Amino acid sequence: MASTSTTAPGTPAADTAVPPGPAISLEGVFKSFRSGSGTVHAVDGVDLGVERGEFFSLLGPSGCGKTTTMRMIAGFEEPTAGVVRLNGRDVTGVPANRRDVNMVFQSYALFPHMSVADNVAFGLRRRRVAKDEIRRRVGEMLELVELGHRAGHRPSRLSGGQQQRVALARALVNRPAALLLDEPLGALDLKLRQTMQVELKRIQREVGITFVYVTHDQGEALTMSDRIAVMNNGRVEQLGTPAQVYERPATRFVADFIGTGNLVRGTVRGESGGVWRVEVGDGATALLAELPAALASQGSGAVGSEVDLIVRPEKIRLGTEAPGDGVSAVPGTVAETVYTGAATHYQVDIGGGGTVTVHLQNSSDSALAADRGDRVWLSWPARHSAALPA
Amino acid sequence: MSAALDTGDRAQAVPARPPGRARRRTDWGRWYTWAVLAWLFAPIAFMVVFSFNDPAGRHNITWQGFTLHWYANAFAYPDLNEAMFNSVTIALLTMVVAGVLGTLLGLALGRFGFRGKQLTNLVMFAAISAPEVVLGAALLSTFLMLNVTTGYWTTVVAHVMFCVSFVAITVRARVITLDPSLEEAARDLGAGPWTTFRLVTLPMLFPAVMAGGLLAFALSIDDYIITTFVSGDVNTFPLWIWGATRVGIPPQVNVMGTLLFAVGLTMAVINVVAARRRA
Repeated sequence: MASTSTTAPGTPAADTAVPPGPAISLEGVFKSFRSGSGTVHAVDGVDLGVERGEFFSLLGPSGCGKTTTMRMIAGFEEPTAGVVRLNGRDVTGVPANRRDVNMVFQSYALFPHMSVADNVAFGLRRRRVAKDEIRRRVGEMLELVELGHRAGHRPSRLSGGQQQRVALARALVNRPAALLLDEPLGALDLKLRQTMQVELKRIQREVGITFVYVTHDQGEALTMSDRIAVMNNGRVEQLGTPAQVYERPATRFVADFIGTGNLVRGTVRGESGGVWRVEVGDGATALLAELPAALASQGSGAVGSEVDLIVRPEKIRLGTEAPGDGVSAVPGTVAETVYTGAATHYQVDIGGGGTVTVHLQNSSDSALAADRGDRVWLSWPARHSAALPA
Repeated sequence: MSAALDTGDRAQAVPARPPGRARRRTDWGRWYTWAVLAWLFAPIAFMVVFSFNDPAGRHNITWQGFTLHWYANAFAYPDLNEAMFNSVTIALLTMVVAGVLGTLLGLALGRFGFRGKQLTNLVMFAAISAPEVVLGAALLSTFLMLNVTTGYWTTVVAHVMFCVSFVAITVRARVITLDPSLEEAARDLGAGPWTTFRLVTLPMLFPAVMAGGLLAFALSIDDYIITTFVSGDVNTFPLWIWGATRVGIPPQVNVMGTLLFAVGLTMAVINVVAARRRA
């Protein structure tokens, strides 16, 4: 995360010398819109750096400011305050047509009155690239997205997935410093979306261009990204790798927005061998490897504090008998079971007002088939617990 | 006996249809549609047919016999020729000027929010809905007040004035349905504002601009009421016909009307075909 450049030593220099540092950086960026009576703070103080060659996602619910953030990088919006840098250069106030980034629009925004090849050549023609080179690069790019045979067609003759790939080719052919993608898979059906996720990742690896990907789909962000910035109410709630964001959510919002987060209120009771004991439900003990930063600094003074434990539903094992030592062991009653095909979801009432969701794979060797009302034991290792200050 | 069996067989073969009856039910919707079309096109058909008539007297209203005489002598009346020439050139000028102004107006109204937008909409609506007599009288008094001699150019100004709203409304409707990210995509790919307009916005708007322009042409060339107020001593085709009705309309009027209709029809067909090919 801290590496300054992903360019390997000895890599032939590009046409222009690229300074070290992040490909894109936002420094104290704010954006407010006047709307009717009041002012809306769409982006409320965002600082982030996108490394060169990285697949970076801006993830959040609609209205969280992710699209506005992207539009400020593209140059369609100017920040109310703060600085946008591309390759270290301050581009705040530079219009979109003079920024070395290209965008893939949610609606694809293909020019309907031009052929596929003319769409892809549009950016190169604006930069007055030689005709031969345009023809060569457009051809190569259409091959990359497997649409060489459709070059002469109008976009309206293409399927949704093909249009999507044309939009991608039209942006990538310019070899921008970064490619911005605004929910590019939103209009596709589930099957195609999954294929395109893999495809996008492959293309990104092949061209090695920095991708900034805006999405509200956490699955998409987790699948494709090198790093994710989870946004809410115009702020970045957490910035980290998919695993960090998923396993160690930094805020309640992140825990809830990414995957299914079980949030269980508990009280810290003590520590032994680097593992903290947390009392949850009706006097059961859950284990926690790492206290939240605010409490960890207090050492043993943390005993007695309340925390919110976060456990992912698929990390929990379900048993009919009490598990051995060394794992969290919480008894409860099955309140609901939901069969989803590959897995079964159990809602377990653990007493004290807490409910925990458990996902179990429906593999052939899973012996347990708990029904509503059954008494069960929940267990998970300490490393699968995360905690937030209550 | 055998008839009963037949019916039974048929009912079996096509079970959904009760035997006999449904087939003869009149499709009133279809007849009504044709009736309306006939009613709309009857005058035009009359005009075309009577351009080939060989009338006995001054009045070309009863069919006497087929002739191409009037087509051969279409331009026998110098006054009529001049009136026709005026009408066509005024209509072309109106089409171009109202087309450009209306396009810009429609673009502004469809794309941007600005002070006076509602007022502009209101004025446009007023220009369309106000009775022509009122517009004509108002224009005439304006020209008189400004001490402008009425004639050819005042007619052009008046026609542009009442046609511009039609173009603007046609273009605005198209602008509203345009995906704004198309222009952003052009900007994103390095096109400046003017290049974006030239290469993306205008081609996308072109069907609406064309439709608006043709509408302006059609409205201008047959305008009578406003033109009578502002044309001074310049004659136009509709004015000439109106003058001629008192002494009998010569078949040349039908000929010119037919030719005009043919040109309009051709342009409309071209526009439709081109729009379909673009889509």
